[in-house]
Amino acid sequence: MRQRRIIPGVDPKLLIKDAARLMPDASRRGFLRGVASLGALTFLTGCDIIDGDTAEGVLRKISAFNDGAQAALFSPTKLALTYPESAITRPFPFNAYYDEDEAPVVDGNSYKLEVAGLVDNKKPWTLAELHALPEVSQITRHVCVEGWSAIGSWQGTPLSEFLTRIGADTRAKYVWFKCAEGYTNTIDMPTALHPQTQMTFKYDHKILPRAYGFPMKIRIPTKLGFKNPKYVVAMEVTNTDKGGYWENQGYNWFSGL
Amino acid sequence: MTAEAITTPSATAAAIHPAWVRVTHWINAIAILVMIGSGWQIYNAAPLFDGLRFAKSIALGQWLGGALLWHFAAMWLLAINGLVYVTLGLVSGRFRRKLLPISPAQVLADAKAALSFKLSHEDISRYNAVQKLLYAGVILTGIVIVLSGLAIWKPVQFQELTALFGGYDFARYVHFFAMSAIVGFLVVHVVLALIVPKSLRAMIAGS
Repeated sequence: MRQRRIIPGVDPKLLIKDAARLMPDASRRGFLRGVASLGALTFLTGCDIIDGDTAEGVLRKISAFNDGAQAALFSPTKLALTYPESAITRPFPFNAYYDEDEAPVVDGNSYKLEVAGLVDNKKPWTLAELHALPEVSQITRHVCVEGWSAIGSWQGTPLSEFLTRIGADTRAKYVWFKCAEGYTNTIDMPTALHPQTQMTFKYDHKILPRAYGFPMKIRIPTKLGFKNPKYVVAMEVTNTDKGGYWENQGYNWFSGL
Repeated sequence: MTAEAITTPSATAAAIHPAWVRVTHWINAIAILVMIGSGWQIYNAAPLFDGLRFAKSIALGQWLGGALLWHFAAMWLLAINGLVYVTLGLVSGRFRRKLLPISPAQVLADAKAALSFKLSHEDISRYNAVQKLLYAGVILTGIVIVLSGLAIWKPVQFQELTALFGGYDFARYVHFFAMSAIVGFLVVHVVLALIVPKSLRAMIAGS
């Protein structure tokens, strides 16, 4: 049995296994169970008290409204707090909706980052080319949608720098990421251009280990952890919201910090 | 609803609780129950205390994603309604009239009387010292829970507020203990309202 990694105040089982356990039950009708007794459903939906789909639809509309509210709150220049080396959480937790030994294995030699959409140069990037990009470093707090947080150290290239190099149309609304295991993420362009949003190739000054997303993670300290895709193999600059793995299941789309 | 209540003070002058108090009270009751129930489900995803989990039967939202949808929907109801309530409470002078002054000696005396079942509930339009303390306390706790919630929700955009609560991780504990205080208040509040039913009637019908 693999040694479970622990950070203070967090149930180690939850850290690794939880995402899978937190997946919505097959029967989404149970989504609102326990609510009718609160008498709240009528108020929030204004209609059918037992129609869970209607209530969920209303909740999702409010969540979309919250996307707008968060986009309005988002400052393109406000930086996430940075920390000294001594504050780094060791070991930094592995977290995904699968076990660590099920994490994708990407071959760095044959790896190519696909670039698509509203960009001038769609030439794929090898890992050597990506590693040759200018390097910046950050020690910031990773905040999980579950509530726990951990401080980590990431090195790589500002995504804005890369978008400039490939001639991306930064007036486009979104950047979409696809990962080796099929995970996906869409982020808003203002966040993509934020100075701390990073194409990450190293963790704690060492080549990103498999657990943390080799060969490339997108580190976004202004967003919840699940909006920080790992094992990224493709990106697209687009005006179409292509959603994402968790977002499609009900996590808030913007999920800004 | 509240606007009408404010513009017709004569109609509610005789009431123990004017319409705006009753309306905001019950909206708040719904909002706080949704916030607590969904908050418990969210808590379960990363518990702060070993061994403390909330049973799924009393938590709301079925899974973390569902609970978050509820929590971040009801927060608007809680915050906007709370803002209306606090503003009207301050502007109308009701808070000052009903809740102040709070004398520690009187609180002790009234608490003793209450525990020996000697506290009078004849005139429920006037709060005893224990009530004053609890109501003022829960209003302040409500402000703390909203602010600590904002600190957890937006630790980058509202980082000054988050720092005020001792940072992200500490703010989670503040948020949790504020919830605990409100739940404790709710238990006492509901039990007493049931023991003195005319107080419940006053909050529904006004008198």
